[in-house]
Amino acid sequence: MIQSNTITKELDVYAIRQQFPALNRQVKGQPLVYFDNAATTQKPQVVIDALVDYYTNFNANVHRGIHTLAEEATAAFEASRDAARQFINAASREEIIFTRGTTEGINLVAYTWGRKNIQAGDEIIITEMEHHSNIVPWQILCEEKGAVLKVIPQQDGELLLDEYKKLLSSKTKLVSVVHVSNALGTVNPVEQIIQLAHAAGAKVLIDGAQSTVHLDIDVQAMDCDFFAFSSHKVYGPTGIGVLYGKKQLLEAMPPFQGGGEMIKEVTLEKTTYADLPYKFEAGTPNIGDAVVLKSALEYVSKIGKEKIRDHENELLAYATEQLLQLPGLRIIGNAANKVSVVSFVIDKVHPQDIGILLDNRGIAVRTGHHCAQPLMHCFGIPGTIRASFAMYNTKEEIDQLITGLQKALKMLL
Amino acid sequence: MSDTRSIQEIENEIVEEFSLFDSWDDKYEYIIDLGKKLPLLEDRHKLDENKVRGCQSTVWLVADYIDGKVYFKADSDAIIVKGLISMLIRVLSGHTPDEIIQASLEFIQKIGMTSHLAQTRANGLLAMVKQMKNYALAFKIKNTMTHGERSAERKGN
Repeated sequence: MIQSNTITKELDVYAIRQQFPALNRQVKGQPLVYFDNAATTQKPQVVIDALVDYYTNFNANVHRGIHTLAEEATAAFEASRDAARQFINAASREEIIFTRGTTEGINLVAYTWGRKNIQAGDEIIITEMEHHSNIVPWQILCEEKGAVLKVIPQQDGELLLDEYKKLLSSKTKLVSVVHVSNALGTVNPVEQIIQLAHAAGAKVLIDGAQSTVHLDIDVQAMDCDFFAFSSHKVYGPTGIGVLYGKKQLLEAMPPFQGGGEMIKEVTLEKTTYADLPYKFEAGTPNIGDAVVLKSALEYVSKIGKEKIRDHENELLAYATEQLLQLPGLRIIGNAANKVSVVSFVIDKVHPQDIGILLDNRGIAVRTGHHCAQPLMHCFGIPGTIRASFAMYNTKEEIDQLITGLQKALKMLL
Repeated sequence: MSDTRSIQEIENEIVEEFSLFDSWDDKYEYIIDLGKKLPLLEDRHKLDENKVRGCQSTVWLVADYIDGKVYFKADSDAIIVKGLISMLIRVLSGHTPDEIIQASLEFIQKIGMTSHLAQTRANGLLAMVKQMKNYALAFKIKNTMTHGERSAERKGN
């Protein structure tokens, strides 16, 4: 079905929906409308099948044991690394480190590169629209090292680049920026941010948790030093993610955790570490989910990101237009370049009440601060209602959201 | 406030009221209505120390201890949560600390609110219950200590 779609220009959303079994379920007696894709996407049947296949047919520990199963598991695990390399166009497979997800990727950099390279008085720059996972690791590092955390402000969902330029100096050692805001959907101008940072002699980490599923990622063209993403937001399993790092940086970094897998030779006096990427993969990795990540990435690539993006952009434009018809509704974050997320508040109504009443109609949205409390603080709101779209969402579902909102408002006001 | 019915009797009453509703919309409309009717808490009580932790929305809860009975007042910035806490107040307010501590509050389950509210929000509801019971326990301990001191004084004399 997908193959025939690739010939046509538009995404066949109804065919796609057939491939996601979770979308068939009912919630509160109504068909599920799943608009919480920025939190996690549903999984296509190929991903579910691949997971079953792994545990059914070739579960074994990787990189050790010469038996057949171990060889097969290792081959599949490493093939997935190659698929991830290709997906973000890294120069080499050694630059692809498996992690638990974006959060662990960022923490890995803070813990290893950060501890080695950040000194008292150094500065790290983040933005006002970061997820807590790209704030807290740097706060911990700064506190430990006596370094200073600086923040690029935003206005109505757009980063103020002139302010960023003012923050950059020879003291800046790292700029860590979210590619796409989970709370607002803003696509940040990371290429420009990276160029400016490099000109000031700083390294750059890009939090790709939200961007990887929607945008074409080319870490070489982008020229970021680190890039982190999570499998479960790209239609893959939970508990696995990727940290990309430029080879020479990764080579110079101390290990993250100690244990098996990450060593070359251990004596009780001294241990030499394994080569990349294994130096950063202590212990038995999450093999099953890592293997299946390949199926998810291939699934997305086969359909084509451009086609998916066109569809999602159409949904975003339609949702925005329809939502603005509702009295008292205000969209939070109106950046010119947005993807797949619409966040809003409604006068005199708490987001939580809306979330409860929408759930009562089988509509799943996220309400609250979206793990971006500083950003909510900037907007002077406790939180928003967020609808985030994926390839399988439809305009009809947006109509259901609008009807659900109208009914909720009638009850609440 | 001169309600003489037991906690169990009030719980049963609520369960009976909810059995009259045909749909979830009706249930929520009723809860929203309760939320709108709940007397507002004066701003002076809206302090951090009166906030109930564990709720997605902000809930303030205060308690008074008068003639051996606990009286609650609460407010929230979210209306459904306010309705839910209004029901908890209806059930628990005006009873002794012991009665409040021992209350099973099965009505929450019986009217379908624990299963209907998602985990995070249900935790908010449980957090409110816990906080109300904590107040009752605190009054009980304070009361026992005061009585204990008195009897100690008597013994001393």
